[in-house]
Amino acid sequence: MTTLVVGITVFVLAAFVGFEVISKVPPTLHTPLMSGANAISGITIIGALTAAGIGAAPLAQILGFLAVATATVNVVGGFLVTDRMLEMFKSRGDRERRRA
Amino acid sequence: MTAILYLASAVAFIVGLKRLGAPRTARSGNRIAALGMLAAIVITLVTEGILNWGVVAAGLAVGALLGAWAAVRVQMTAMPQMVAIFNGLGGVASALVAATEVVESDMNGIPAETVVTILLSILIGSITFTGSFVAFGKLQGLVPGRPLTYPGQQVVNALIVIGLIGFAVWAGVSGEENGYWLVGGLSLLLGVLAVIPIGGADMPVVISLLNSFSGLAAAAAGFVIESNALIIGGALVGAAGLILTVQMTEAMNRSLANVLFAGFGTEGATGAVTMSDLPVRRATPEDAAISLGFADSVMIVPGYGLAVAQAQHAARELADTLEERGATVHYAIHPVAGRMPGHMNVLLAEADVPYEQLLDLEQADPQFPQTDVVVVLGANDVVNPSARDDPGSPIYGMPILNVDRAGTVIVVKRSLSPGFAGIDNPLFYQENTLMFFADAKEALEQTVSALRSL
Repeated sequence: MTTLVVGITVFVLAAFVGFEVISKVPPTLHTPLMSGANAISGITIIGALTAAGIGAAPLAQILGFLAVATATVNVVGGFLVTDRMLEMFKSRGDRERRRA
Repeated sequence: MTAILYLASAVAFIVGLKRLGAPRTARSGNRIAALGMLAAIVITLVTEGILNWGVVAAGLAVGALLGAWAAVRVQMTAMPQMVAIFNGLGGVASALVAATEVVESDMNGIPAETVVTILLSILIGSITFTGSFVAFGKLQGLVPGRPLTYPGQQVVNALIVIGLIGFAVWAGVSGEENGYWLVGGLSLLLGVLAVIPIGGADMPVVISLLNSFSGLAAAAAGFVIESNALIIGGALVGAAGLILTVQMTEAMNRSLANVLFAGFGTEGATGAVTMSDLPVRRATPEDAAISLGFADSVMIVPGYGLAVAQAQHAARELADTLEERGATVHYAIHPVAGRMPGHMNVLLAEADVPYEQLLDLEQADPQFPQTDVVVVLGANDVVNPSARDDPGSPIYGMPILNVDRAGTVIVVKRSLSPGFAGIDNPLFYQENTLMFFADAKEALEQTVSALRSL
């Protein structure tokens, strides 16, 4: 199989996993879920690191730097803000325990 | 070997997403996904033969500082805007990865499939970037929230799409670098023009769709650099974003195409009957307190007005006071209350409301006929009986919370002005409705102190 066919296979299977994993989510968690999924899309950071790390032309290094910086904002900000949101979801039990 | 390590990251993303779907496991799910990301970054730094350590370190430092600063500073009410910005930056990162490839490679010597995926990364990533920033601007009030339309808009957009295809083909066939930059430029423009005709209230749908796009852009970049981890991560987010988007439009009883292309909100007001001359029953804090003080069951229906007034803590204060008096209190959350599905839940969670008290549409709706008092806090269209009774209404068919079936409805609202759909609300003029004209937070605080002195 060529790399392209392998890539397409992986893409299609992963998309199905995405549909399966997400479809049973309560609306309560939509916002954190969107935010968390958005942070995962920051995986493009590994492409950015490679681009910035091995680019020879000055323009490639500038573009690479911008790619790393923007992807890192997406990753770090995305996961942190999701954690901040989820920190607030507590059941009655947790709430009483914390007050005690 | 490296491929196996990346696979571990991909598994962490899948497990993380899965756990994000249930309240008890969500926080650990997010952390597992974050760990997977950290692992992927470390693996890349160690194995990809990085030469320009200065450039990489500078990018990581700048991005981490900005991202952490924004994540810690942002108010919970501004969360949808924040997600839009993060999403836009993720999109442009994918486009930049592809752009670097254009600069570095001999574009005449690369295989056709790489040309296609580079073009797709640039196209989708750039649209995601500017589209997300316009969405941010609309929610933040920097860009007018109303749909911005002009004559010939569709023609202009169609010409841009034709231009995009033309430049893409030219770039691919000739190997000319400038062709790629033209595709990028037109895509940036298209992102702006596609989002400005969409009303501010529909921005959450747009952000959700663009979230899906940023995943697809990442997957396209994954094809460019032949990375399965990127393809998996991107495809997961592409699929997840699409499902969330469809669920949001379904909650509004509209199609995605209607949200994206209908310029919703421009003509809504004309079709509706003007009821503003009808009398309403105005309530004082004392009136509200008396109704609530002797109720056994109370349902609080929060809307965007609660978010704007930052009234989530005051709402919990009222609920606590009522519970001390022996009433049962629940919150009824419409799927599109607030600015994103679940946005209300986040705000109420911030105020320490236990999630067992939060009812969704299906759970809450059957309870209204047995509910003594409903308090509607800055919600409008989601409780508008026109959606049920008036086939001529622009929101006809949208599932609503049938609060008008409860004993008494107290509507806290700043004025009689209609909601985003521009439609009058018959609920306000009903016999059993009390209109309490005030900012949600002030109204709640005044009601609580009136309750205490009953």
